Amino acid sequence: MRRTGLAALLSHWRRQPLQLVTLVLGLALATGLWSAVQAINGQARASYAQAAEQLGANRLLGLTAPNGSIPVAQYVQLRRAGWQLSPILEGRVRLNSTTISLLGVDSLSYPVPPAPASDQETLDPADILTAPGRLFAHPETADKLAVAALPAPLIVTDHLPVGIVLTDIAIAESLLERSGEISRILVLPDQPAGLVPLSDIAPDLVLSEPNGDADIARLTDSFHLNLTAFGLLSFAVGLFIVNGTVGLAFHQRRGMFRSLRALGVPLGVLTELLLFELLALALLAGFLGLIIGYLVAAALLPDVAASLRGLYGAPVTGTLTLRPAWIASGLAIALLGALIAGGQGVWHLHRLPILAAPGLQSWRLGSASRDRTQALTGVGLVVGGFLVQGLAQGLIAGFALLAGLMLGAALLLPPILGQVLGWISARARDPVAQWVWADLRSHMPGLSLALMALLLALATNIGVGTMVSSFRLTFTGWLDQRLASELYVTARSDDEGAAIRDWLLSRSDAVLPIRYGELRLADQPGRVYGIADHATYRDHWPLIEALPGVWDRLHTERTVLINEQLARRTDLWPGDEIALRSGWTVEIVGVYSDYGNPNAQAIVSLPALLLHVPSVPNRQFGVRIAPDLSVRLVDELRSTFGLPTSAIVDQAAIKARSLGVFEKTFVVTGALNVLTLGAASFAILTSLLTLWTLRLPQLAPVWALGLTRKRLAWLEVLRSVALTALTACLALPLGLALAWVLLDVINVEAFGWRLPMHLFPLDWARLAVLALIAGGIAAVIPARRLRTTPPADMLRVFSNER
Amino acid sequence: MNARACIVLLMLCISQPANAQGFAGLGTDAEGFAIPQPGQPLDFPADHGAHPAFRIEWWYLTSTLTGDDGHSYGVQWTLFRSALKPYEDAGWQSPQLWMGHAALTSETTHQFDERIARGGIGQAGVIAEPFSAWIDDWQMTGQPKKGLSELKLTARGEAFQYELLLNADTPLVLHGEAGYSTKTEDGKASYYYSQPAYSVTGTLQLPDGPVNVTGQGWLDREWSSQPLSEDQTGWDWFSLSFDSGARMMGFRLRDSGDGYTSATWIHPDGSSVSLPNGALEIEPIETAVVEDRRIPTVWQVALPAQDLNITVTALNPQSWMGTSFPYWEGPVTVMGSHAGRGYLEMTGYE
Repeated sequence: MRRTGLAALLSHWRRQPLQLVTLVLGLALATGLWSAVQAINGQARASYAQAAEQLGANRLLGLTAPNGSIPVAQYVQLRRAGWQLSPILEGRVRLNSTTISLLGVDSLSYPVPPAPASDQETLDPADILTAPGRLFAHPETADKLAVAALPAPLIVTDHLPVGIVLTDIAIAESLLERSGEISRILVLPDQPAGLVPLSDIAPDLVLSEPNGDADIARLTDSFHLNLTAFGLLSFAVGLFIVNGTVGLAFHQRRGMFRSLRALGVPLGVLTELLLFELLALALLAGFLGLIIGYLVAAALLPDVAASLRGLYGAPVTGTLTLRPAWIASGLAIALLGALIAGGQGVWHLHRLPILAAPGLQSWRLGSASRDRTQALTGVGLVVGGFLVQGLAQGLIAGFALLAGLMLGAALLLPPILGQVLGWISARARDPVAQWVWADLRSHMPGLSLALMALLLALATNIGVGTMVSSFRLTFTGWLDQRLASELYVTARSDDEGAAIRDWLLSRSDAVLPIRYGELRLADQPGRVYGIADHATYRDHWPLIEALPGVWDRLHTERTVLINEQLARRTDLWPGDEIALRSGWTVEIVGVYSDYGNPNAQAIVSLPALLLHVPSVPNRQFGVRIAPDLSVRLVDELRSTFGLPTSAIVDQAAIKARSLGVFEKTFVVTGALNVLTLGAASFAILTSLLTLWTLRLPQLAPVWALGLTRKRLAWLEVLRSVALTALTACLALPLGLALAWVLLDVINVEAFGWRLPMHLFPLDWARLAVLALIAGGIAAVIPARRLRTTPPADMLRVFSNER
Repeated sequence: MNARACIVLLMLCISQPANAQGFAGLGTDAEGFAIPQPGQPLDFPADHGAHPAFRIEWWYLTSTLTGDDGHSYGVQWTLFRSALKPYEDAGWQSPQLWMGHAALTSETTHQFDERIARGGIGQAGVIAEPFSAWIDDWQMTGQPKKGLSELKLTARGEAFQYELLLNADTPLVLHGEAGYSTKTEDGKASYYYSQPAYSVTGTLQLPDGPVNVTGQGWLDREWSSQPLSEDQTGWDWFSLSFDSGARMMGFRLRDSGDGYTSATWIHPDGSSVSLPNGALEIEPIETAVVEDRRIPTVWQVALPAQDLNITVTALNPQSWMGTSFPYWEGPVTVMGSHAGRGYLEMTGYE
């Protein structure tokens, strides 16, 4: 009996192959998008954890010098005072035209020495410690370096983060041309008893907490939350599709259910069979979804990895590894989705009267009380979101607001549309128009899920689009202000720096030294820049808050400018005081925007910096020169001082590089955006297809009254477009609200900066047209079917159903 | 292989293939390291310092002590030098590696620590005059013009610390032929001399508080480029001070056969006699399980030429140095024809 029953149930799909495709594809899409996001997040997190472990340094205290360089003699002095330490010399270096981060470690004391990838390779310590030494790198990094022309043999190891080349400090010294220098010192975990405190024997060094891990986690959390939100949204949209299709399939088989029951199939067996069918479909769609998810993730991961590396220096490998947990969670979510979508159908089956004739009413009829409950829930969700954000600050609260707003608005959509349609139909005079609007209104419940999906997709599109475009506009404007100098020159030593400065003085409009010390600002690691008094800063520097006479006060008084991140994190604003290091407390006279920088930063006058931080390197300069003269100056500068290509960078190159990093981020966002909108359109299509079968009994009388099938078909398309248009109108304010939350709440919490919101009506118009086209296309298939329905079928409605 | 593990393996050349044949009679091996030559007189104070042209070298001080709490203690302070290349260079480029071991042993506890550094930057090294040997804050420091006769010794680990003053007025003892100490039948050798007769005072910092101690100390100096043969698997080495005032240094290098022994008998006046292979007879009579391996902790030691027949017993059988290359090193008590105290070192027990 079971087999026969199952065969009967499955025969439905043979007759409705499109429905089967829709169902499987919808579920697969939902699972796929969700899994893709999970895979990307999982890969990134695994990379962080691995990097933290591999560098091991993140869990150790570190010593740094305010001027960025610790003499080896001071390291030896601390060792000879008994402290167990490990020195690190690091820097960017060009190897074979690829710039990499070189990590020079004392192989004898470094806590986590690397091991070669293959056990066959044996290393003689003499090879590592004495020239030419050995370079260690991750296979991905190694691929980028042309091994043949490297200064030392390269050893491939999985135990290093991507983008980092590790070598002994003796080798690093010469590659970086920084003999006798140490960038930072790790304080090893096990120390002898009774040591003199570091603050007594090295008061000039800054001891920093082990913060690498936490910092990266904090910075990248927002990025991953963003992706997760997108994933959930995609999943929700996919569920709408599945819900529509499953609902349709159940409805169309009501007759079959009745027949089966009448033939003696018990309700329990029928339920089991349906659940089995659902399970099988879910598994099929789940596997398909995993494949989609893997492909999407693999396609997006290099961009994600690039933007995470660029934004935060967070090491993420660009290749995806399959995790069993990921597969399990993907299948689980597909099953869950199918059960949620199909549960309703099974529930209806249980209440199905065996002998009652199918009613005339729509498959799901809305009622006034349900509308009210839904509206109240929607309002509750929106208000709740704001309450959470008001009571608890932080990124999670920001996302709670986001979720409340979006879900609440989605729930509010059907009641609002219902009201609008009621208002319109009350004003319609023409009987056909009256019928169209009333008919539309009566079908709202069946379409509401699809419209909610569309609303979410459109609003997300507007919101994220507004954020991205606002960011790009603000960021490029900000870069223009911030990078006011035409050329940026980096010398190899202080002496060369001084020589270059003298040489440039007579050949350019101005030479602006870029000098900074690494300090702890309000107990956060950060840089303090010392700047010369020059019109470039006064004219261009992007201040978002300032006291009167800010620039004069900066150069004549004990004052400081701080970046927006620091101001927001510590809630210090102009007029407040801040300690830059012990014995150096200054008044804040201004706050400047500092996009793309995760860390605290401050600006003082150059003499003040030199007074409080000894031996600040003097190697970087901004050069002001008429743009048409800059090319010749670059050539002369290179030939005079024999500077490498990387030592002179023009403004345009820096801007392009900075923007490039963000473009990568936006590629990911954009791709997910398109996928979500596509899924929503698909949802409308499936909903309309579902409704179409239901609508035949209702269209037949209208046809009988004289409306041609062609006219009816056109009205169908029109209805769909009208509903889409209405939804799009409502999506606009929701999208802008979303953009506001993203820019004003999420961004501030996540990155510490607030972006001004710019409006892009053209983008909205384009999106609206796209949505209308999608709505129209979705209606075309059922409309065509209507046009070609034989009149006999229409007539049969009267004979069969009445 | 892990780079650091590899480096420390090199520090001790046990079981390394014997590739260091005298090379064309020039006194260097194939990689350019110097090889000890017989008949070459030692030169003090210069030879108290480092010999970068030789592959390995050590400054090895052991001390048997009695505390004012009535307990026996032992202290070890060792600085090893291991050269990757037969020269010294300035800064990180130096191919000279240094390793320090310090230990403090009582009947019930054995604490040790290790330091590793490279030469060239000043983190570790040895200066001959005024004598100074150091790695990090561990130091063995002499007085100007006093050679090795007055030393101050300090070291500390996570849970121990000691500071000792050492004084000796007897001459240095040169082992083997005037300091040329043969290690194998085929004539591999090292330069080897000792100051075996320090009187020691000082303070130990233990977890329970400070303990004032007095006792005796023994300093070994040895350097070479390849002291062992391929089939030699380890050694048992004794430095014993008897109540009579006499002392004995003796070792056996173990191999598949009877091994290779060497001993030096030191009279109370400091004069000494070197005894050839076979003169020293040693036999383990009791073993203990230490770190999952059986290690002899009671020995029967006989030197018939000096009417010596004694039982040597470890003060603490668990005197295991769990350092980068592990070995057993600890204080011992002597009973039998002679009574006294001393130190025992055993390597190569797997």
